Amino acid sequence: MADTPPVLALRGVSKSFGAVRALREVSLELAAGEAHALAGENGAGKSTLVKILSGVHRPDAGQILLDGEPVEFHGPADAQAAGVAVIYQEPTLFPDLSVAENIFMGSQPRGTLGRIDRRAMRAQAVALFDRLGVPLDPDRPARGLSIADQQLVEIAKALSRAARVLIMDEPTAALSGNEVARLFGVARSLREQGCAILFISHRLDEIFDLCRRVTTLRDGGYVASDLISAITPDDLVRRMVGRDLDALFPKQDAAFGEVALQVRRLTREGVFTDVSFEVRRGEIVALAGLVGAGRSEVARAVFGVDRWDAGSVEVAGRRLKPGSPSAAMDLGLALVPEDRRQQGLVMELSIERNIALAGLGEVRRGPLISRVAERVRAADWAQRLQLKHRSLSDAVDVLSGGNQQKVVLAKWLARKPAVLIVDEPTRGIDVGTKAEVHRLLSELAVGGIAVLMISSELPEVLGMADRVLVMHEGRLVAEIPREDATEETVMAAATGRPAGGGA
Amino acid sequence: MTTTANRPEVSLRTGGRGLVDRVGRVRELGIVAALAVLFGITGAVNPEFLSLDSLRDILLNSAIIATLAVGQTLVVITRNVDLSVSSVVGLSAFGGALILADQPGVPIAVVVAGCVLLGALCGALNGLLVGAAGVPALVATLGTLYAFRGIDYAWAGGRQVNAADMPESFLSLGSGSLLGIPLLVLAAVVVLLAVGWMLRNLRSGRELYAIGSNPAAAVLAGIPVRKRVITAFVASGALAGLAGAMWAARFGTVDAAAATGKELDVIAAVVVGGVAIFGGSGTVYGAALGALLLTGISSALAVLRVDALAQTAINGALIIAAIVLDRLLALRVAAALRRRRYRDAR
Ligand SMILES: Nc1ncnc2c1ncn2[C@@H]1O[C@H](COP(=O)(O)OP(=O)(O)OP(=O)(O)O)[C@@H](O)[C@H]1O
Ligand SMILES: [Mg+2]
Repeated sequence: MADTPPVLALRGVSKSFGAVRALREVSLELAAGEAHALAGENGAGKSTLVKILSGVHRPDAGQILLDGEPVEFHGPADAQAAGVAVIYQEPTLFPDLSVAENIFMGSQPRGTLGRIDRRAMRAQAVALFDRLGVPLDPDRPARGLSIADQQLVEIAKALSRAARVLIMDEPTAALSGNEVARLFGVARSLREQGCAILFISHRLDEIFDLCRRVTTLRDGGYVASDLISAITPDDLVRRMVGRDLDALFPKQDAAFGEVALQVRRLTREGVFTDVSFEVRRGEIVALAGLVGAGRSEVARAVFGVDRWDAGSVEVAGRRLKPGSPSAAMDLGLALVPEDRRQQGLVMELSIERNIALAGLGEVRRGPLISRVAERVRAADWAQRLQLKHRSLSDAVDVLSGGNQQKVVLAKWLARKPAVLIVDEPTRGIDVGTKAEVHRLLSELAVGGIAVLMISSELPEVLGMADRVLVMHEGRLVAEIPREDATEETVMAAATGRPAGGGA
Repeated sequence: MTTTANRPEVSLRTGGRGLVDRVGRVRELGIVAALAVLFGITGAVNPEFLSLDSLRDILLNSAIIATLAVGQTLVVITRNVDLSVSSVVGLSAFGGALILADQPGVPIAVVVAGCVLLGALCGALNGLLVGAAGVPALVATLGTLYAFRGIDYAWAGGRQVNAADMPESFLSLGSGSLLGIPLLVLAAVVVLLAVGWMLRNLRSGRELYAIGSNPAAAVLAGIPVRKRVITAFVASGALAGLAGAMWAARFGTVDAAAATGKELDVIAAVVVGGVAIFGGSGTVYGAALGALLLTGISSALAVLRVDALAQTAINGALIIAAIVLDRLLALRVAAALRRRRYRDAR
């Protein structure tokens, strides 16, 4: 072992964006056949490091070593040629092209005259999805795929490259237990075949499950590189945050009031069928289920983004007009969507303007927007959510993934809604802030807000929910009160196994 | 389409949904439907419209716009636009005609090749401005639209080349036909098929779609974005150069103002043909059909003796109607596909 150099390594790498020092003299070694985790809070510099390894950014100082030899990547094509495959934190699909074309773009199997062999391409895509155990149709366009499906396509894309180094930047952020287990199975077999893996996640159990070594970053600086077997999750958190963290799920009990959101027999043909439930004031109801069960779709329909074909939605006893988000907002409904880049944020606008967007009425002075009110409101929320940013007038585009998520949350929480629907509220958010978000949600509930929370993260569901609704293939299949909600009961319902018998 | 053919067992199981699938995948069918309506109604009012001569005329009239639309599609797919094509046509038509008139010794093939090369050079300038210098395509090609036309005027200095000055063999390219099909139409069809094949089957062709569909992701995927964009502009320019030669052969009389304003017809044809103006989707076949539909509409209005003053307005209304029809059809099909996919999944 000692004389084979690491497949890919960074030595003393620094990178700045203007005044922001995203990385400071960071070193990292990826060995063949080893899974290596990269940990750190939101904005610690993890994605920046990934983009240096993949040739997107050029380091300001330091070296990239390939098999022990210094190399320069002039662009993503160079890194690909060197055998580096990357799953970026934000999906990078081509919406107009088919899923199969997305997977093989730039490396399509070819026949005579350089002609793309579509039959082979389709067959290989099917084989990849089989390996991952996902029933995606390779012929459908990538447009309209859920975040989780997009991430699965990205994973298939990276696997198709038969890479020597596989880099995964939060590939599991939108996935539920089943898909994660499949992904890890595939990752392990790649590792055994000698592939080096770099894995990023804010779910510590995943890091401990998959990896042998973990490198921690804080504020762009290198903190430590440890063998997983030598540390505990608490040690890791301390390295990331620089201090001890308190309890992770501080759920307070709230008194339930009258029914705030009543959904009756809601159906959108081909998406979900006959969904009925209610959420009371002060209650946190979780909507659990596997990826593709139709949870986000229900949320989108309730909020009016999509139309529904049958059924009704009432907010505080008043019937909602279908297909009208502005009517829903007038009645006090708020939706934090799952896809922050497409639906949650205006990427070019500033942080403060994004936070103000959902509540322009409150920062208005006459017909004009008051910049002062906007800024005060943004500053308040930035502090509460520990937003890592340089200036509130920066575009949200330059924020790290987790910090973008915080801006989306702030935007809707600042509205003080009566009914709050959150879709994967902590996707990509680090451990420290996650507890903060949970505390906020819990506080809101205590204050009389009805919360409907969609989450793929089971501990979050179990820790936060007063009641768990489980969806399976477009139908509501179980309603589990807090006392009875366990990993087993929820997963049994989510995978469509007969409930009750096993519990 | 090919995938359906490759999977007999699937098409057997699903027999009844073939049509929905086909319409869903082949957007061009919407325009074919519009064409059928146009020819049906006009033919019913005036059967003369469907005569062989009349049809050949319509084809001939659309050949040049269709060639330009093919080139324009290459650019539009990458989320750019080439407004300068009409000026390139003018420049190439006048340049080619001038050489033919003044230097009778130069072989016709060389002149045509020269026209294509001149167009490619113009396209290369556009490509460098957009791809390398990062000027937005709308601005860059609006600039070269005027610049190329200006060069054309300066070069011509008020001169006009007449049919009588040009060799008969060249003019016969514009009027002649093979097996009853005009040569210019054949040329356009060859261009169409060749470009259509490349866009569908070559990696570089698919990469053009990727660039237009999500430019940032194209960079991350390691696609040589700059190179591809420049190539698209060069190809559009080269085809405009070819269209210039076609223009000279067809009309015989060429001055510096030739083809002025045609860029809008070309872009209309591309949009009517279902090519997304924001890039990423659409085919050259659609664009060529769009050119055919627009020419067909003008011819039909003339045949129906619509008042010449009203023609432009009606033309515009019909274009909008065609786009709306196409859009409605697409939405219908998307909804049908959604229901079906769900049924299949369970
Ligand atoms: N293109 C850019 N321009 C300016 N600043 C940037 C840019 N990209 C990243 N940054 C900044 O660099 C820092 C590190 O960001 P990075 O995306 O690497 O964080 P991260 O560790 O991946 O966080 P997360 O867990 O939230 O994904 C952040 O402060 C971010 O705002
Ligand atoms: Mg990141």
